Amino acid sequence: MVLLRLCPAGQASAQAAPDASVAAPFGSPVGDERIYVHGGFDQLEGRFGGGIDNGFRWEGEAWAGTDENRLWLKSEGEVDGLGRVSDGQQELFYDRPISTYFDLQGGARYDLDSAPGRAWAAFGIEGLAPYFIKVSATGYLGGGGRLAAKLMASYDQLLTNRLVLEPEAELNLYSRDDPRRDIGYGVSDLDAGLRLRYEITRKFAPYIGLTWEQKFGRTADLVRAAGQRSSDVRLTGGVRTWF
Amino acid sequence: MPGAAVLSGEHIALTIGEAPINITGRRRTATAVNGQVPGPTLRLREGDNVTIDVTNRLSEPTSIHWHGFRLPNPMDGVPGLTFPGIMPGETFTYRFPIVQNGTYWYHSHSGMQEQTGLYGPVILEPKSPRSVAFAREYVVVLSDWTDEDPMTVVANLKQQGDYYNFHQRTLGTFVADNQRKGLKATLADWSMWGRMRMSPTDIMDVTGATYTFLVNGRPPAANWTALFAPGERVLLRFINSAAMSTFDVRIPGLPLSVVAADGSDVEAVAIDQFRIGVAETYDVIVTPSADQAYTIFAQAEDRTGYARATLAPRRGMSAAVPPMDPRPLRTMADMGMAGMAAGGDKMSGAGMAGMNMGGAPKPADGMAGMDMGTAPAASAGPAMPSGADMAGMDMSGGAKAGGDMAGMDMSEGAAATAPATNADHVDPQKLPGQVNVDNVAMETQDRQGEPGAGLAEGTRKTLTYADLKSLEPGQDPPPAGRDIEFHLTGNMQRWTWGFDGKKFSQAAPIYVRLGETVRFVLINDTMMEHPIHLHGFLFSLENGNTGRLPLKHTVNVKPGERVGIVFTADTPGRWAFHCHLLYHMETGMFRTVLVA
Repeated sequence: MVLLRLCPAGQASAQAAPDASVAAPFGSPVGDERIYVHGGFDQLEGRFGGGIDNGFRWEGEAWAGTDENRLWLKSEGEVDGLGRVSDGQQELFYDRPISTYFDLQGGARYDLDSAPGRAWAAFGIEGLAPYFIKVSATGYLGGGGRLAAKLMASYDQLLTNRLVLEPEAELNLYSRDDPRRDIGYGVSDLDAGLRLRYEITRKFAPYIGLTWEQKFGRTADLVRAAGQRSSDVRLTGGVRTWF
Repeated sequence: MPGAAVLSGEHIALTIGEAPINITGRRRTATAVNGQVPGPTLRLREGDNVTIDVTNRLSEPTSIHWHGFRLPNPMDGVPGLTFPGIMPGETFTYRFPIVQNGTYWYHSHSGMQEQTGLYGPVILEPKSPRSVAFAREYVVVLSDWTDEDPMTVVANLKQQGDYYNFHQRTLGTFVADNQRKGLKATLADWSMWGRMRMSPTDIMDVTGATYTFLVNGRPPAANWTALFAPGERVLLRFINSAAMSTFDVRIPGLPLSVVAADGSDVEAVAIDQFRIGVAETYDVIVTPSADQAYTIFAQAEDRTGYARATLAPRRGMSAAVPPMDPRPLRTMADMGMAGMAAGGDKMSGAGMAGMNMGGAPKPADGMAGMDMGTAPAASAGPAMPSGADMAGMDMSGGAKAGGDMAGMDMSEGAAATAPATNADHVDPQKLPGQVNVDNVAMETQDRQGEPGAGLAEGTRKTLTYADLKSLEPGQDPPPAGRDIEFHLTGNMQRWTWGFDGKKFSQAAPIYVRLGETVRFVLINDTMMEHPIHLHGFLFSLENGNTGRLPLKHTVNVKPGERVGIVFTADTPGRWAFHCHLLYHMETGMFRTVLVA
């Protein structure tokens, strides 16, 4: 074995697996397997449409792990003027990088809000597309063979190095009606926003903006039948923050 | 407190402990040696056997590495490789002979202690008098300080690679570019960078947004001052002890004469300014003749701040502090696309996107290796073993030929080398798209004749590696028996760094036989300079000055550059080989070179 190890690189050692005890008998000289923890909110905002149409929305995520293995927690939802919570999607993912710019994510989603809860298995990718567009695409498999998908994209346009204009959109799709959650099959809803934030620090950036919620097709029918609007443009103000 | 204490003799005692420090107006805790940042200057004598007791008064393990020293491996001071480190409350005794002379330094090799102050100068006095005459000498230690916890700095970068870059291109830059070179060229340029998901403004990872730059532990306002009598020759020993900062140094009004690099004497080079990579040292002679003050000005490469000191005939004097130069931008050459540098703005985007991301084209280094393999050394007549030659060969393939090396080494009778073996047994053609690789240099160059990013403009003469010639002839190593190739790789978005797409924890040691002469071929695929340091040996930098190759312990490899370094592995042990940017090393740009 010793002789084998002393062979020139490229010969006997060519296929050798990393052997920590040979490279560093007293432990790693560096911290390249360190665990990092981050969390924060991209959206933590009031949405203002007047009266009952005022709401509070959050969209946040946290992750913990090494470069190669991470646990992700994602949460979003909105509280309306009557205190009802809608769009409450909570997700827990295992995340692993698969290419320079993309991660594979698998786990579970639970719709936790004022409507009946739904559980989903989730699988998707998240990363940075060309032109620095942040994207994610997640597919879901729910009870009774329900399918769903969520697509998200956002982009940071630097007006200055601290003033950032961020267009962002989230699109949901479902394979079946779920009237108790006001969801119809097909492309169900879009939540888009244009936010102008000022990065007082990287980690604390108040913003103002416009949001546009649009229900489509069957979902729009269900929502209208319930006496609500299927399209809603509102002013928003909030803070983007992370640690 | 910054101190000017000097310790000398064959027996030295150092105590490492916490010390209060106040650089920015806020009280912080530094990691100090004998209560000082930088630590005391050690003056040791070539030929002496020194004993250095290092006592740890911290609550965590510590270590001291003797940077650039030729010494027995167990004395090298790298926790993990050569010993477990010095535990809290314990004293470790370093014992080794001093077999060299010149300007060196020491620093912690444990965690982030170097960033928080654990570094200091070492002067190894020559046995026989030095050929360079001087009336007095000063050590000029350049470094960087942050009030943030260094672990927070790394965590911030892991979350957002450009966290500390507040000079990115904005809508305003777009408008300015448009006015300057037209919409078509601007769109082509912006879309190219956008498609690659890279930014031309990535100069330094950690910037003046958090750093204060220091001379001998003092911020610019404190104006550390060295005295001279007009007409005297003054030796300034510059040491870059920064964790992450490259400096461009000049003394307006004074020509500089560089007489040593990394501790080894070189033929004097007359220049106006020099770039000093992290961990490098330069000895510089100045002869201020006027009865006036001069500013020692060391601007960070990204121009987000500077370190400053003063040379003056009397205390209390100062000279004007010059404005910083324009911020550099990365170019196509930095991406390893040298052939496109000239017409970058005019390139058709589609072709380039394919080049960068497709992974189909073979990297230039692969090509060079292939050429070497297929051309028998015997029939090639004058052999072509050096990294510089290969770069020259690559360039004939399309890029501009690089000045002095094109045919030079070809005329030398060096022995042929086997084709390069990748250090991590990785096929470079398979690097594009890998998790830890955001770019692979397709057309590498020898850039040792270039002053470097941000220094090419203007009229100041700038030191280049091509200027360095060993003062003593005949120190070149014997011909290298083989080439070991390292791709310097990183992913700016994920903020991971390594060699050949692998971090330390993912890689095996590099095996070198005791007594073997090897060439390390360093190929920088990233867009940043990396000061690559080999412990335990002084390597010959293949800069074209055959017969007078300079000896160095750290080589600052430019983006898109290919550099050869050669050394004879005459000391057994586990030797660290790493990028000396502290956070790059800490996140994995590190290997063990096992000499046995």
